[in-house]
Amino acid sequence: MTQPPLPSPQARGWIGRRDPRLRLLAALLFALVTVSLERPAIAALALGLALALAFAAGLKPRDLARRLLALEGFMLILMLSLPFTTPGPPLFSLGPVTASGVGIILALMILLKANAVVLVLLALPGTLEPVVLGHALARIGVPEKLAHLLLMTVRQIHLLHQEFLRLRQAMRARAFVPRANPHTWRTYGWLMGMLLVRSLARGERLMGAMRCRCFHGRLYLLDTTRWNRGDTLASLGLIPLLLSLPLLDRLG
Amino acid sequence: MAHIPDGVLSAPVLVTGALVSVGLLTVALRRLDYERLPPAAVLSAAFFVSSLISVPMGPSSVHLLLNGLMGLLLGWTAIPAILVALILQAAFFGFGGLLVLGVNTMNLALPALFCALVLAPWLQRCPPARIPWIGFAAGALGVLFTGLLVALSLGLSGEAFVPAAKVMVLIYPPLALVEGLITATTIGFLWRVAPEMLTREDNPRV
Repeated sequence: MTQPPLPSPQARGWIGRRDPRLRLLAALLFALVTVSLERPAIAALALGLALALAFAAGLKPRDLARRLLALEGFMLILMLSLPFTTPGPPLFSLGPVTASGVGIILALMILLKANAVVLVLLALPGTLEPVVLGHALARIGVPEKLAHLLLMTVRQIHLLHQEFLRLRQAMRARAFVPRANPHTWRTYGWLMGMLLVRSLARGERLMGAMRCRCFHGRLYLLDTTRWNRGDTLASLGLIPLLLSLPLLDRLG
Repeated sequence: MAHIPDGVLSAPVLVTGALVSVGLLTVALRRLDYERLPPAAVLSAAFFVSSLISVPMGPSSVHLLLNGLMGLLLGWTAIPAILVALILQAAFFGFGGLLVLGVNTMNLALPALFCALVLAPWLQRCPPARIPWIGFAAGALGVLFTGLLVALSLGLSGEAFVPAAKVMVLIYPPLALVEGLITATTIGFLWRVAPEMLTREDNPRV
């Protein structure tokens, strides 16, 4: 629990220099294209492209594997059930149930697509500074209030996480070890309550401090991102690359 | 388990989720004025940090959804707070996906809204000894409704997903029990320590 609450490894090199808005829109286009694919070979190609982007952004394989595993609890249920529940010509049987080739392909497609989208999310918007992500979202048309809420929440997450660590350390000093029992659950309930009480007090202080600095209900987005020639080149390269995926998918 | 990944759901389900979420968000943002943004942000940060706690349960551990508690304390503001948390989790943790954000927001926000509109008014009326029970109901119902909506999103996406959706429905009740117990404790604690959080008019709740 000593790692920062919002891990955001900064992108290096070519991807790190791209405009945040471009990275967001590229992730969106990639997700749209990937989800619409129908052939496993092309979905695998999309996953390969996503992996290439993730490595180009300088993400470490170990971190990526850990992040992708977060997805797999949900996936496991689908992977285990889909081959046996999709109608189609039987491939093999396990006791009373038979697996169909169609089902296995469907399961494989979901696995490829979900991981590809998550990889691109981690590689493009995931390597932005959270504050920059908030600004970029506001610039591409997300309601301003929502962007403000995100920006302020990001800042407070860091502060409250420190508060949380302090409370957690106090518990550890009193020899608290979390176990699967009602005592632990009750204690965590109190911990969350305490965190909420302190956060409300903090919210009031924050509001007061902001009023002192002439806050009258409006924040201004101060960011200096500029669209440069590299961004235009990157989008000119990326769009045909992404659009070729559905083309290959239909033609084959 | 409430984060559905991309590539699973069918287009009609995705579009419905997105439309419902955009609708809810529009109403919620209209009711939230800039004046109340800072306290709302601090509370949603507190919920985000609380959702990082891994709670031991049986042989493994789970993370809390907290949408019931958010509904009780934040009211309509819970909806943008949930969306902000989902955006941050998708971008930095790889939970869920991008096109499913609408469905995932809807699945968490509708139960939160239920708690805000149906259970929160009871906090003013019921005797103090019963306050934790409302917390329990909010925590447990938040998880159960979310589980039901996740299962529905899956089941409506295709015949082949129905058994997986049934497994999901079976997984959620134990989670609901733990979340209910924790939320009951939290609400009981808040009632004794900071009752103004549950009753006051000028808090971020609308």
